[in-house]
This record gives sequence, structure tokens and C-alpha cells, in this order.
Amino acid sequence: MDESEPQLLKQGAEARVYICKYLGKQTIIKERFQKKYRHPDLDIEIVKERIRNEARSILRCKYANIRTPALYLVDFERRKIYMEYLATNITVKDFVIKHGSANEHFDTIAKMIGQTLRKLHDYNIVHGDLTSSNMLIIPKVQNDGDWFDPAWLAKGQVELVMIDFGLSYIDASVEDKGVDLYVLERALLSTHSNYENLFETILEAYKTANPKGGVEETISKFEEVRARGRKRTMIG
Amino acid sequence: MVIAIGFEGSANKLGVGIVRDGQIVANCRRTYITPPGQGFLPRETAEHHQQNIHAVLREALDQSGITPDMIDVVCYTKGPGMGAPLMVCAIVARTCAKLWKKPILGVNHCIGHIEMGRLITNAYNPTVLYVSGGNTQIIAYDRNKYRIFGETIDIAVGNCLDRFARVLKMSNEPSPGYNIEQAAKRGTKYFPLPYCVKGMDVSFSGILSFMEDRIDDLLQKFTPDDLCYSLQETVFAMLVEITERAMAHCGSDEVLIVGGVGCNVRLQEMMGVMCKERDARVFATDERFCIDNGVMIAWAGALAHSSGTKMDFSESTITQRYRTDDVVITWRD
Ligand SMILES: Nc1ncnc2c1ncn2[C@@H]1O[C@H](COP(=O)(O)OP(=O)(O)O)[C@@H](O)[C@H]1O
Ligand SMILES: [Mg+2]
Repeated sequence: MDESEPQLLKQGAEARVYICKYLGKQTIIKERFQKKYRHPDLDIEIVKERIRNEARSILRCKYANIRTPALYLVDFERRKIYMEYLATNITVKDFVIKHGSANEHFDTIAKMIGQTLRKLHDYNIVHGDLTSSNMLIIPKVQNDGDWFDPAWLAKGQVELVMIDFGLSYIDASVEDKGVDLYVLERALLSTHSNYENLFETILEAYKTANPKGGVEETISKFEEVRARGRKRTMIG
Repeated sequence: MVIAIGFEGSANKLGVGIVRDGQIVANCRRTYITPPGQGFLPRETAEHHQQNIHAVLREALDQSGITPDMIDVVCYTKGPGMGAPLMVCAIVARTCAKLWKKPILGVNHCIGHIEMGRLITNAYNPTVLYVSGGNTQIIAYDRNKYRIFGETIDIAVGNCLDRFARVLKMSNEPSPGYNIEQAAKRGTKYFPLPYCVKGMDVSFSGILSFMEDRIDDLLQKFTPDDLCYSLQETVFAMLVEITERAMAHCGSDEVLIVGGVGCNVRLQEMMGVMCKERDARVFATDERFCIDNGVMIAWAGALAHSSGTKMDFSESTITQRYRTDDVVITWRD
């Protein structure tokens, strides 16, 4: 196989992410290695399902014109997915932390997120793990360096890339979409508590992204799930 | 030097604890135990607390050798929890404060668990898994609040375990969770159950109803021990998974497990294996500190008191709903 020695890039939430050259291209290998803490039967089931979800949703996103890393290869045996390496990137999380308050493009990013989520949901894809760590901002033209220049935003030269589709699924119900938004709201409130309007801006863009409408039901489900969360009595 | 006394009674445990400058000098507790197949209800639980609180208070004072005049602040659980049992402790705390002419301080129960865990284990800035009968949360500290990164979207993990113990008519002595843990050690056959993780959130109600609906069939093929084993393996795997997700998201390399379910050794062991795979450390405590107690209230109250927090007597009420992230943490940077 035309594959160079992989180098560890990151240990993520459930996988180790390596970089290598595969068929001449810079490639990410996402390996969902065996988690020894869980029962082997459960582990195999989970990993199979997560790999299947990730591959399926990436393909569906391509069809929906939502930017994700391109899928190169799925290896169930070795628990690996090969995909396009986006060398120049910044996670939305790091962007908000590093450039957040001072940056006039904060709103632009939030709107991009809202529009992308709406598209996902309109194509019945639920991401399942919406956090600011699982969204990347990349320049439209990848350069060789690994630095990110916020000035690109002004020229409209960046794209939002959704990653980490292991918990996603297709043919989602309205309730699933509502929960998806709720998970994101909670993640943003806890991670970026100093930007209380971040989620609001995203939600506004989500609501208005598709002029054909049809979002009311999802929003009311979202509000229902949220109200349930607030009402829950918590006994120590 | 601060001496604080704490009263805890938000659920079926009644505790009185005393701390002197971070040293535990009394940790006394009584548990209201219900018959097999039955959970605890607010009225009966409150009655239990009423009948025992004076004896437990006496015991704590005697054990510590502390006299009321030495105490700096009287602390009690303000919430969250069951209304009537909370009220019993609040009233006794208020009476003591008036009688002894000391300031009173209401404490958030969840914050009590977290600060107790940090005191005992010396964890510095951990991702906290808070697991008990009423709560399941993943928490991390940021800018003067304990922020909730993930939680259950329906019932708490402890509630799921307790209710399953009731389905099996297991004893509530010393606690349903403890008995499930022991039974699980004897289990050998693993039965796959629904597994429900949504980002850093989890859901347990589906697993519980799945088992409830099929219990007769299941008991044909599996022993109760096998079912306890399978349930534990499944729900704990979910908890470890969301903890790991929060650690990756926050860039954290410490985990602290608190709350009643946190003394489960299997959960601690699984968390340890996960941590080892990512060069992180796990911190946990045993039943003396994990399970609801008065010390945790005294200690969290002492921290708040030392950093200048005051409560007016007219505010010394209780509240059944009181979120962890409602409290401003004045004692950490
Ligand atoms: N295609 C990619 N190009 C560049 N970096 C990536 C890519 N995919 C993932 N990463 C990096 O690896 C991290 C973990 O990947 P992710 O798919 O989110 O795995 P996990 O499920 O373990 O969180 C991401 O936060 C990102 O920094
Ligand atoms: Mg991720």
C-alpha cells in the first residue's frame, strides 16, 4: 500500500488521529482503538456503528453540499477511517477563545454555523456531538503552513467544515433535531460562557437559512427539550 | 481558623459534620432504609430525619469535642433535593444559629460534593463526574462557576440502578447501589442493552424501560447477577465515554468522581483504565465522603464563609431546584 509511516496528531474524544501520506495525498487516519474499559462485545458494536455513521454522514454531506473532510477509505477490520487532511485549520473553539471578543467576524462565523446546521437538518442528518471542537474553519485554498489568518474572513475566503460524525445518524426525527440543537446550546454555554449571544446568533441564522421554512416544529421540539432540562428536579 | 458545622438531609441520608480548618473532626450519618421493592418518599424521609437529627447532632459534637461557642458558621443544604427532608435540616440549622448566635449559610449540595472531593483527593482542577441518585453531570470549573458540560437528559444513573434493584426486589440495605455492585461481581454473562450517548449528554430511561418490559423473559435466560453485571457495564461505559469526551473538549488531564454512585469500585476502575489510555489521572473517594454527608456541607460552607460570603437570616430558605452553575464560586480564581 502506498502509505507512509503515520504520525500521531491528536488523541481526540474517542479516537487517535494520525497524519500520513496515502496515495500521494496528505491523509488523516482516525483510529477508534479498542477501549479496554468497556466490555469487548460492547466495544466492537460501538466502534462498528460509529465508523458506519461517520462514513455514511460524510457521503450524505457531500450530496447536500456541506463541507466535510473527503472520505478516502474505510477499514472496519483495523477500525480506521482515512480522510482528507485539512492542514490549515482552526477549531471554532480555539477561534472563539483566541480571537473572540476582539474579532468583528465573530458574527460571520456564528451565521455560517447556523446555516450549515440548518442544511444538515434539512437533509435529515443529525450530528449527535455538536460542540465547538467539532467544527473547523479553513481557508478556501489550503496553503502549506498550518497557521490560520483571521484576515481571510474579511475576504470571504474561509469555509466551515463539520467533522466527527461518529454519533451522527440519518433519517432523524424532529425530536432528534431538537436534541441536537440543545446539545449544542449546552456545549456553547459551558465552553464559551463569556459569549452568551453566540448560540442566539447561530439559532437565528438556523431559523432563517432556508426561505422555504418548515423549521417551526424543530424549534418547538428544541424548546420543549430545553424546558424539560430546566424543570428537572435534582436530588443529590 | 474556621470551624464549620454542616447539616445535610436532601435525600434519604441525614448527616451532620464538623470541619476545623480543612480537618474533618466529625462525620456522623443515619440512612433511611425502605423495604425491598420500595423507594423513599418525601414525608417518611422527613419523619426519619426529624426523629434522628438531635441524636446525630449530639454525636457530632461529642465526637469532635467542639462546643457550640467555638463554631464560626452554621451551614445547611439549601438544595437541590426533596422539599420536606431539606426543610428539617434547615429548621434545625436555623435554630442552632439563633441559639448559638452564629451566622448561617445555605450550601448547594452539588458544590458540597465537588469541594469535598477536592479536599480529600487534592485534585487540582479536575473534570468532575457527579453521579448520584438524583444527579448525573459532567462539570468543569471556569471563570468562577462550576459549568455543566454534560448531563442526563432524563433520569439520573443512580435512579436507574435503584429502580432496577427494585424490579429485582433486591434489598435496600445498606443501599440498592451497593447490592447491585456486589451482584454484578458474580455476573458472568453479558447481555447487550441499549446504549444512549448524545455528545456529552446521556439518557438512561430507555435502558430501564427496556429491562422492565422484558424482565420475565430475561430472567429465563440470565441470572439476576448477570443482569446487574450487564447493566453496570453498559451505564458505566456511557459515563466513562462522556467524561472522556469532556476531557478532550476541555483539554483536561484529571478526573474526579463524586456522588453516591462514585464509590462504586467498578466505575472507578473503568475510569482509571480510560485515564491511563490518555495519560490522565483519576481521583475518587470511598463511601464515607462520596455518599451524602454533613462534612461536605460544612466544608463548602467554610470555603464560602472564609471568602466573605454572607447570608441574611431571611434568605435561609430551601429550594428543590438549584443548579450547580447557579452558584458563584468566590473561593477559586
Ligand atoms: N480532516 C482533518 N483535518 C485536520 N484536522 C483534523 C481532521 N479531522 C480531525 N482533526 C483534528 O483532530 C481532532 C479530533 O478529531 P475528531 O474527528 O473530532 O475525533 P474525536 O471523535 O476523537 O474527537 C479534531 O478536533 C481536529 O483538531
Ligand atoms: Mg471531536
